Amino acid sequence: MTAVLLTPFDEAVATFDPVLGLEVHVELNTASKMFCGCSTVFGAEPNSQVCPVCLGLPGALPVLNKAAVESAMKIGLALNCEIAPWCRFARKNYFYPDMPKNFQTSQYDEPIAFGGHLDVDVDGASYRIAIERAHMEEDTGKSLHVGGATGRIHGADHSLVDYNRAGIPLIEIVTKPIEGTGANAPEVARACVAQLRGYLLALGVSDVRMDQGSLRCDVNVSLRPSPDAAYGTRTETKNVNSLRSVGRAVRYEISRQAAVLSDSGRITQETRHWHEDTGVTTSGRSKEQAEDYRYFPEPDLVPIAPSRRWVDELRAALPEPPATRRTRLQLDWGFSDLEMRDVVGAGAVDLIEETIAAGASPAAARKWWLSELARRANDRGVGLDRLPITPTQVAGVQALVDAGTINDTLARQVLDGVLAGEGDPAHVVAARGLQLVSDDGALSDAVDAAITANPDVADKVRDGKLAAAGALIGAVMMQMGGKADAARVRELIVAKLRA
Amino acid sequence: MSELISMSASALADALADGDTTSVEVTRACLDRIASVDVDIHAFLHVDTDGVLAQAADADRRRAAGDRSGPLLGVPIAVKDVLTTRGLPTTCGSKILAGWIPPYDATVVARLKDAGLPILGKTNMDEFAMGSSTEHSAWGPSCNPWDVARTPGGSGGGSAAAVTAFETPLAVGTDTGGSIRQPAAVTGTVGVKPTYGGVSRYGLVALASSLDQAGPVARSVADAALLHDVIAGHDPMDSTSLDRVWPSMAEAVKDADIAGLRVGVVTELGGDGYQAGVLARFEEAVELLTEAGAEVVEVSCPNFSYGLAAYYLILPSEASSNLAKFDAMRYGLRTEPDGSVAPSAEQVMAATREAGFGDEVKRRIILGTYALSSGYYEAYYGQAQKVRTLIIEDFRSAFEKVDVLVSPTAPTTAFKLGEKLDDPLAMYLNDIATIPANLAGVPALSMPSGLADEDRLPTGVQIIAPVFEDVRLYRVGATLEALLEDRWGGHLLRSMPESLAVDGASA
Amino acid sequence: MPEPAITRDEVEHLAHLARIALTDAELDHLAPQLAQILESVAVVSAAVGDVELTANPVPLSNVFRDDKTKPGLTAEEALAGAPAVEQQRFSVPRILGEEP
Repeated sequence: MTAVLLTPFDEAVATFDPVLGLEVHVELNTASKMFCGCSTVFGAEPNSQVCPVCLGLPGALPVLNKAAVESAMKIGLALNCEIAPWCRFARKNYFYPDMPKNFQTSQYDEPIAFGGHLDVDVDGASYRIAIERAHMEEDTGKSLHVGGATGRIHGADHSLVDYNRAGIPLIEIVTKPIEGTGANAPEVARACVAQLRGYLLALGVSDVRMDQGSLRCDVNVSLRPSPDAAYGTRTETKNVNSLRSVGRAVRYEISRQAAVLSDSGRITQETRHWHEDTGVTTSGRSKEQAEDYRYFPEPDLVPIAPSRRWVDELRAALPEPPATRRTRLQLDWGFSDLEMRDVVGAGAVDLIEETIAAGASPAAARKWWLSELARRANDRGVGLDRLPITPTQVAGVQALVDAGTINDTLARQVLDGVLAGEGDPAHVVAARGLQLVSDDGALSDAVDAAITANPDVADKVRDGKLAAAGALIGAVMMQMGGKADAARVRELIVAKLRA
Repeated sequence: MSELISMSASALADALADGDTTSVEVTRACLDRIASVDVDIHAFLHVDTDGVLAQAADADRRRAAGDRSGPLLGVPIAVKDVLTTRGLPTTCGSKILAGWIPPYDATVVARLKDAGLPILGKTNMDEFAMGSSTEHSAWGPSCNPWDVARTPGGSGGGSAAAVTAFETPLAVGTDTGGSIRQPAAVTGTVGVKPTYGGVSRYGLVALASSLDQAGPVARSVADAALLHDVIAGHDPMDSTSLDRVWPSMAEAVKDADIAGLRVGVVTELGGDGYQAGVLARFEEAVELLTEAGAEVVEVSCPNFSYGLAAYYLILPSEASSNLAKFDAMRYGLRTEPDGSVAPSAEQVMAATREAGFGDEVKRRIILGTYALSSGYYEAYYGQAQKVRTLIIEDFRSAFEKVDVLVSPTAPTTAFKLGEKLDDPLAMYLNDIATIPANLAGVPALSMPSGLADEDRLPTGVQIIAPVFEDVRLYRVGATLEALLEDRWGGHLLRSMPESLAVDGASA
Repeated sequence: MPEPAITRDEVEHLAHLARIALTDAELDHLAPQLAQILESVAVVSAAVGDVELTANPVPLSNVFRDDKTKPGLTAEEALAGAPAVEQQRFSVPRILGEEP
């Protein structure tokens, strides 16, 4: 491969005006597939979730999943789209082994939702992303390429196809060209997908697990000499499947295209492939090779004509938009912008809200989830919501701290106990014997021992250097296995040495 | 030759109900008849001897146990090879599906089984139902029992020939542009295309989804009605299935009366291009209706003249997409291209489709691919859809004036094997009178109108009713059938020459 | 109305789109036949009237199923008709291009 010239990003955006476009595919979390009753559960045995319909067997016919239509409408409404009073599916005809019928049943020129918008904030600037459309379609099967370089399509000598994924409902959300982002282009693209992800989570229509492919992005980028010039030729980078990659891919394409254009070259209208590992895009299929999809209305399905009432009901039941909710909660909780951003970034909004509802203070809830528990989730390689601890249990730990039963150090051990499945916090404290000792008799003996063992330190305290008391407290703690009530120990030391 | 094979389905139903015979006996008689005549007729692609006898025995057990699933419990039937049958080969007359055993039953087949009709086997057809003669079957043509040098029509020539040759009392066909009705016309039998959506298409291997409809093939209007009642009805597996309760067609036959009925003769479906004998028999049939008290008027449907052209754009367009699934990846034939080492999936697809599809299928797939291509879509597929609306409008205004429309079913009697095989346009003209009903989704029936003077071969008359009004077909058809049989002195098939005719056919 | 005549090259291109490896003899035979058929079906352009397009005559809309799973085929049934099977998957020849 010849070396690709890149213009440094800052220089690229100083010379050219980037225009972006996003196509986001969302796998819905319906129980059954788009057109048949097969299960959609991820990770099943190959070809065990198939039937004549999703295998495209001769004679089989599709019947549309009502929940998928509702999810599509909810997404459309959440993105401020209009819902089409009448729309249809079409057939997108092309041959590909992972597509059982050799056509994809998809909406074409009659999407169920169109003309919406999404507001995103990047570094204090607000961008309104116009949504072109959100339409329904079905997913394809999955191929395993055998022989040649592991897992790569090129050089493989044959492929193995599993159709479990074929027919899972997808919603494709397409933005209009996103202009005026300048140097913020990568961040805007990333924020747009992140925000969309937040919406989808709030709506409960998708698992939006980018790692499992339930949210997949295609990123369009073009450059033009100035904001009033006509759009440049765009490339479409496929399968950008993490939030971080969305920004990186945009950044890379801007640098690459700028280098081509600066060298009086021309951008080829093509699809490009994103390589997560190397952080580059490579050339795919050019426009000239593009298929003629021969769309026509799907004759095996009938039109969808959502009643006004149905749409109104869905609209009324929409959850509070994530941005509005975030602003409300931030105010309620008294978090700084930075703190709130961390909370959102960690996916801890719901968890903290529930922890507060269970009695903890906002600060305490944030402290436990974003420090101790975030670290443990990270160690386990899972999201916070997948830790085996409930917000109620976290609130319980804090309640024990507030009651003086345990201190923060012991609280960490209690959390570990809960995570290890040892039961509720109070039970863990009892079982592990973690309650603080504040009984003066036991503490007094330990303090005396510490004073005897550290005469120099004791003298400093006697001389009024109270800060030195810390060393004595530490010694007491050591003797008592961390279970001493530090405040009471301090009082005893001061009483004994300064009386 | 057993007398059982000559009996109508209605008569067999009575005999079974009265305990005069058993399903096993009737089924054996059919199997014997198939064994003796199908060598010449080639109506069947697959005969399920063991399976059908087991089903017959089961039907007898059900009847003995008091099961009254319906009048046809135990009456054997043949099924066009375009409907999937669990565990039985389904080839659609194509090499590309050679050896494919579907893992599921078409809804129509499931209904037959529920109603206790033992399935004798699968009948021959033009490949993927593309044709009007069965000559496009990859497994060789069926022959017309009236003259084995002639075709039994198509695409459902196998079903029609099987019924005509008394190999089965009943068969199921499918009709996309006349594939039930035109074979019925040229074999002197009865075939019905129900209202689109009346019979489930689930498991009907699609030719053109918006036109296909399964329906009964029989030797009498009453028999067709009995079968219609079994296969019609809502199916949640077919989105285009009408969710309505259908009146009984068999009851409609019983109270057949046409006094005061307004009958429209379609101007555009007759005249030039129609064989003289076909027109003569049609006119006689219309006269009989008049004599029986019907009010006959001529009705013009001007846009029918675009019907054939619109059909040959819509059908290939849908077919090019429907047949894309035959690609050698998941089932059916897989052929590797000659002289290619480690061919790609794409090459194997193309080589398999080249080897597995016959000429007519290739012609229509390419035609459809063209009609849907960007740049041509509006002018071809788009314009054809517009014609479709205009034809629906023509029917709507015609049915404001009349209760049913009538026309000859096919422009000619059965033609000779090979005569039109490589002249697609001539072949397409066979469907000129049957196509409008498919484009509009309205129900239509074909029944014998007699024999043409010039060749003593059967001619057919077509009755068309508005959507949902399938019962009218049966009322009018049964009346006309009775009038015609009075005139003929019995069933038309009694006039069948030579060895295939069955004496005393009550049919 | 576009020129209905269709060339041999166009037929070849269409055959490629439709994944049919037509032979030269077939192309020679089919191209004039298709041209003739196209000429004949071109009469649809003469139909006039300001009407909606009909894709399917069935008078239905909003036909849905509830989001409930139901048993489909077993993997064994699904793979029973496959020309080649490996690791409980459909084995297909090497795929050249990326998904469009």
